[in-house]
Formats: sequence, structure tokens, C-alpha cells
Amino acid sequence: MSENSALKAKLGIDVFKPGKVAHIKIKPGREKDARLQAAILLCPAGLYRANEKGEVTLTTDGCLECGTCLVACGIEVLDWNYPEGGTGVQYRYG
Amino acid sequence: MEKFDVIIVGAGLAGLGCAYTLAGKGLDVLVLERGDYPGSKNASGGRLYINPIRNLFPELWDKAPLERHIVHESITMMARERSLAMDYTGDELRREPHQSYSLLRSKFDRWLAEQVETNGTMLMCKVKVNGVLKENNQIVGVIAGGDELLADVVIACDGVLSFVAEKAGLRTSRTAHDYAVGIKEVITLEPTLINERFHLEGNEGAARLYVGDITSGKFGGGFIYTNKESISLGIVIGIEDMGTDHSAAEAPALFDAFKQRREIADLIKGGTTVEYAAHLIAEGGYNAIGNLYGNGILLAGDAAGLALNIGFTVRGMEYALASGYYAAQTVLKAKESGDYSSKSLSLYKTLLEESFVLKDFLSFRESPAVVSNPRFFNYYPEMIGNILQDIYNVPTGTKEKLYATMRKHLSVRDMWGFLKDLRRITRI
Ligand SMILES: Cc1cc2nc3c(=O)[nH]c(=O)nc-3n(C[C@H](O)[C@H](O)[C@H](O)COP(=O)(O)OP(=O)(O)OC[C@H]3O[C@@H](n4cnc5c(N)ncnc54)[C@H](O)[C@@H]3O)c2cc1C
Ligand code: SF4
Repeated sequence: MSENSALKAKLGIDVFKPGKVAHIKIKPGREKDARLQAAILLCPAGLYRANEKGEVTLTTDGCLECGTCLVACGIEVLDWNYPEGGTGVQYRYG
Repeated sequence: MEKFDVIIVGAGLAGLGCAYTLAGKGLDVLVLERGDYPGSKNASGGRLYINPIRNLFPELWDKAPLERHIVHESITMMARERSLAMDYTGDELRREPHQSYSLLRSKFDRWLAEQVETNGTMLMCKVKVNGVLKENNQIVGVIAGGDELLADVVIACDGVLSFVAEKAGLRTSRTAHDYAVGIKEVITLEPTLINERFHLEGNEGAARLYVGDITSGKFGGGFIYTNKESISLGIVIGIEDMGTDHSAAEAPALFDAFKQRREIADLIKGGTTVEYAAHLIAEGGYNAIGNLYGNGILLAGDAAGLALNIGFTVRGMEYALASGYYAAQTVLKAKESGDYSSKSLSLYKTLLEESFVLKDFLSFRESPAVVSNPRFFNYYPEMIGNILQDIYNVPTGTKEKLYATMRKHLSVRDMWGFLKDLRRITRI
């Protein structure tokens, strides 16, 4: 299993309740901001990826709502919110 | 418009500790929690020390769903290819009342919430607070799910990111330096296997801490706590340190590498991962604590920055429960006079200062700087590992004298550096 699919499998064990909108967004025009490199390194769910053009993309499915990317990149780069009440990750052990 | 005496934002330990203390005192209290149930968003190590909070919640401990009482403590220095462990156990840790227990937050928080509700307090889950209501410089309520809810006082117990504190103007910016991320798996394992592998009997538990190669020599470490039928395995990574090293491995890969180390793999063999979680940890200590109160608002637990890394353990749960308790006492006092101004609520800070909470933070105010010394995460594990390797090695020819072996790895400069680090350690 590749590293990424192993991580996907691990996230597959968790319970997620889908929300209507993405709760974290890279602010328009910030896709190449150097601070996003820290999010690529640190996101425990591996949700930040750089494409060939050097732009960073984010999918919020599998987000553990830890806030690491917010602290690492700041509010100039990210529009960061918790998902709406009753959606997102639901830990059963914690 | 709905009006309450108290609105508590967040049903974690701070919020529930506060609600529990306020229950049955004749106040209208509303607890709002964004998760499906209390604990559904919360992950911790975790180990709770009971002694400092035993008397604040005297009825709780007999029935609480705690996992195991900790009788084995250990620290392991991990070099790239070898490790050195120090193990401590003692009769004092086996005697009742036990000083600390492992626990799982989703279970514990849910149970504590039930105790709060049994006492008549209203708890609403699946409700995210989006903002605060301000009137003449006073917080008078919250905005949640499109509704405006009024209260004499709002208690922000919404955890480490505390958007409520931010929106109330009590917190400015977050600096990466003051935070770490904890990544954790819960791995189920037969209790008999847990006992065998960790040298435990019955409901005894073990706590293990790891420093060194786990975080590629950067600030952080690893941990294991044994639960009744599972093991909590995690790593902690300093955000500033790791986020700026672009040669480092990605966090999930660091976790897997730790998990695959022989020292760890042998302990969890045959286990099944049942959860993968991540959560921030406040690491700033005393100097990172900002405002604790304002007009019509109090901050408790992680929302107030009340978590402390003292090297061999991360503590936040006792401080969350205790600050919730003292927030409740402050509110009860303010209710008598009907004065919820920041002047009246400043009693909260006094109570925290007189209690173990701020006393601990003050005595350990140097610890964030000391425990983040980069030499602990790379230089020492490698050096000590190398010394041990040579000491235990019996070569084909003659074996060198022990002192000479050690000196090979320890120049005068090394020893001088060691003394300097030791002097810094004496500050905590
Ligand atoms: C990996 C790790 C290991 C740790 N190990 C230990 C340990 O061994 N011992 C120890 O004592 N401490 C440990 N800690 C620290 C400890 O977990 C925290 O200090 C503690 O959980 C703080 O409790 P709290 O109630 O303040 O916050 P939380 O437990 O985070 O509770 C906050 C609550 O508020 C809710 N909330 C947030 N925003 C909103 C909103 N807008 N609207 C409604 N609800 C909201 C959340 O869903 C949550 O339920 C560890 C932390 C981590 C991450
Ligand atoms: S909140 Fe945590 S899990 Fe979610 S995207 Fe940010 S770093 Fe990744």
C-alpha cells in the first residue's frame, strides 16, 4: 500500500459526518504562499498537496479539525472555521 | 429572546467541570457543544492526575469511567538505531488513592455530561457557537445556529483555538511557537496481552514517554498509555520547529515510523487500530496565558491557555476541570451582587492564583524554554546510545577500559555543554 492510501485507510476507520460546505479554504490568490508548505508537512490527515504548477490544493474530507494548518499558516492564507454543528469527525474513543 | 444566567461554550472538561459545579444552585445554565455528543471532538493522551482536583469534585471519582491507574512510568531516549529506557515503579504508585489514571475522552466526557444533565442542566449538542453578542463593551450572549442567546455571563470553554475568546477580543494572534500537534491511534488489544507486555496486574496501567528520533530531532516526542482494552499511541510535534524544516518527513509518516520501531511494534503486535485522531496542544505555559476574563466573560481550560508541558508529562485536563470549577465559583459570587463586570469577575484570577492552577504555571514558567532545548531530541539520544553501544560491546580483541570508552564520545566541550544544560534543567 502506498503511504497515501495507507493514510486514507486509517482515516476510513474514523466516523465522519459530511457537511454542506468546505469548512477550510485556501484564500484565493494564496495557493502558492510559502506558508502552505508547513501545512503539507504537518497536516495529520495529509489533506494539503502541491500540484505541478506549485499551487497547493486542499480537500477537507477526512479533516480531523485539529487546527494545525491554521496555526502553521495563519488567517492571511486560510479561511478556517469549524464545520457546522453535528458534522465533521466524531471520535468514539478520543 | 432567550435569556440565561450562564452560557457555557464547549462541553469538554472545562465546560463540564463548570456546569457540574453550577448544577443545582438555582441558575439557568445552558451548555452548547458543536459535536454530536460531548467528547466527540476531543482527543487527549491521556492521563488525569486526581490529587489536585479530588476535593473539587468529591463525588465523581468512585464511579467515573477511568481506564487504569498508572503504576509504571518510563522515559525512553530513542536514537536512530538504539534506545535507552528508564523505568520507574513503586509501592507508592500501587497504594490507594491512586494518583493518576489513563482515560479516553469520548467515554469520559460523555459520562461527565450525563452527570451534569442528571442534575438538571441543559446541554445542547450539534450546536456551534459562531460569535458573541456585545453591548456597551460587555459580552451579553452568543450567536449560535443563527439564534441570538442572551446570558449574564458567557464562559468560553471552547478549547485550544477558542474562537469565542478571539471574537470577544480577549485573544489576539496565535503564534506557531506556542502550539504542538498531537497525533494518536487507539489500538485495541486483549487485556491479558496488555498486562503481559507492560508487566501489569489487574487494572494497573503504564505510561511511557519517548524522546529523540521520533520527531527527527525536533521538539516533540511520543507516548503510550495503556487503557483497559486498548493502547493509546501518539506523537507530539512542535509546529514552529517542524513546519519550518522542509527536509522533514510529513507528520503521518513520522507517526508510522514511530509505530514501526521495534520498541513500539513489539508492544502493539496483534492489536487493531480503531481510531486515528489529532488535536492541538497549547505549549506556551505561563507566558502565553493572556486575559482570563472580561466584562461578562470568563475563559477556562485550553481556551485560557491552561496546558503545561513539564517534560515528562503534558497536563491540561486537571487545569481544565479546576478552572471550570473556579469559573463556576466566580459566577456564583457575581450572581449575589448581580455584577458581571470585569472588575467583579476578576475574582476568577484571584481564585486561580490561590489554587494549584496558576501556582503550577508560575513554578513551571521556565519549562517550555527548557524542554524545547533541541539537544534533548537529537544530540543526547545519539550520544548516550553510542556510549551504551560501546560499553556493552565485547569486541573480538581486547575491550577498552570503561572510562576511556566514555571519554571517546565526550569531549571537554561536550561535558561543558552538558553542565550548562543541567543548569537550565534546575530552573524547572
Ligand atoms: C495528544 C494530546 C495528549 C494530551 N495528553 C494529556 C495528558 O496526558 N494529560 C493531561 O492532563 N492533558 C493532556 N492533554 C491536554 C488536554 O487534553 C487538554 O488540556 C484538555 O482537553 C483541555 O480541556 P478543555 O475542556 O479546555 O478543552 P477541550 O477538551 O478541547 O473541549 C473544548 C470543547 O468545546 C467544543 N467547542 C469548541 N468550539 C466550539 C464552538 N464554537 N461551539 C460549541 N462548542 C465548541 C469542542 O467540541 C469541545 O468539546 C493532551 C492533549 C493532546 C492533544
Ligand atoms: S485542521 Fe488539521 S486535519 Fe484539518 S486540514 Fe488542518 S491540519 Fe489537516
